Amino acid sequence: MIKFKNSGITPENIYKKRRSFIKSIGLGASTLAMSTIPFVNKSLASERDKLTSYKDITTYNNYYEFGTSKSDPYRNSQIFKTSPWDIAIEGEVEKPIKLSMEEISEMFISEERIYRLRCVEGWSMVIPWMGFSLSKLLSKVNPTNKAKFVEFESVYDPAQMKGQRYPVLNWPYNEGLRIDEAMHPLTTVVTGLYGKKLPNQNGAPLRIFIPWKYGFKSAKAIVKIKFVENMPTSSWMWASPREYGFYSNVNPNVDHPRWSQATERIIGEGVWAPRVKTLMFNGYGDEVASLYSGMDLKKNF
Amino acid sequence: MSRYSKTLVFFLSLWPIYVISYQIIFNKLGPEPVDRIINHFGEWTLIFILLTLSMTPLKKITKSAEWIKFRRMLGLFTFFYASIHMLSYVGLDYRFDFEPLINDVLKKKFIFIGFSAWLLLIPLAVTSSERMVRLLKQNWKKIHRLIYIIGVFGVLHYIWLSKTIFFKPLIFLIILVILLLFRIKITRSASKI
Repeated sequence: MIKFKNSGITPENIYKKRRSFIKSIGLGASTLAMSTIPFVNKSLASERDKLTSYKDITTYNNYYEFGTSKSDPYRNSQIFKTSPWDIAIEGEVEKPIKLSMEEISEMFISEERIYRLRCVEGWSMVIPWMGFSLSKLLSKVNPTNKAKFVEFESVYDPAQMKGQRYPVLNWPYNEGLRIDEAMHPLTTVVTGLYGKKLPNQNGAPLRIFIPWKYGFKSAKAIVKIKFVENMPTSSWMWASPREYGFYSNVNPNVDHPRWSQATERIIGEGVWAPRVKTLMFNGYGDEVASLYSGMDLKKNF
Repeated sequence: MSRYSKTLVFFLSLWPIYVISYQIIFNKLGPEPVDRIINHFGEWTLIFILLTLSMTPLKKITKSAEWIKFRRMLGLFTFFYASIHMLSYVGLDYRFDFEPLINDVLKKKFIFIGFSAWLLLIPLAVTSSERMVRLLKQNWKKIHRLIYIIGVFGVLHYIWLSKTIFFKPLIFLIILVILLLFRIKITRSASKI
């Protein structure tokens, strides 16, 4: 079990009031109050940073293991068993380890992290995750000098995951990061959202979240983290290398062959809300742009 | 009964409008309402293309000419829903902001082919009246064979916009292929006679 005291769970409406209260003092007392919330974008008062509702976050998901329609993950994941659950950290490391979810939640304290999520399909959400930096988890092992990349493997369990019975993607779901990207403090191990335990449809019991990359980079229900020498081929790269690159940084200047990435639609804003401009690195450029200095991001999309 | 059949088909063909009106009024469009509206009318356009294409085969199978009287109406409904589909994309999603739209049409092959299909529907809608049939004589048939190309374009539009192998576009493809095969059979058996 992930350790959140019951009393620590805040109902969504109170949660939102608290947020708007923090926002209002934040606006009054300038950025001083703001700086207590980690990594919140400067334009906090704008629509762009209004939290997406718990309902939308938990019923509108891309999680093909449970089906390809947006409502499938919520519908088909409720009886999914997330306990017992072990995560292996292996590959180019001195001593591979295996940690249970219990051990992980004892070792690391999950904090609230509000990040924007930008899907490659052109929509976005703002999600109050609970989690901690992946670097903390990775520091439990010593990578060898061969290690250059980190690979994430999601669970393979077609008995419980309907979608895996069809060759929609190259199962199990596979994603990867360069080591410096994986060690970046914004790269988060997620264990919950809205102060609650992570729902199954959002990747329980444990997923990663990389706020400056398109959503599909953030693998769900992870069972294996592997240090490797060569750039991993992710499931989406297997499916269509022309459309999905290894980096997949949010970039309004590089179009996906099927969708323009210049703008996005904010989930929950209603029929009449206009699209908004997509920000480079999803607005986290100040923190992460230096990771890619000197790289041609059109080529390394 | 058959006197009212056309009226009945007309009101049944408005089904997609009833559904979307209900969803708008009772706020059931879901988290991405614009996408929902566009997809709804896109899917119904394809269904109406297939329905339109089914009338001639049904005539052959049932040996009843009854079906043909619905063909024009179903064809016009195809154009009607294709237009709402296109307009909701242009107007509701992109707010008539033509710069990104033109960019989309030229660069994204699924939008290019979808837009082409809609353009090809225009001459069919314009020449749908009884007067036009008489005026164009043999040419009318030739023009209206465009519907086969439109059907193929429409299904390709759906296949190309899907992220991976999806079930629904494949169903549309299979039905379309069956309906088109009927044509080959029909013309063959007709040429034998």
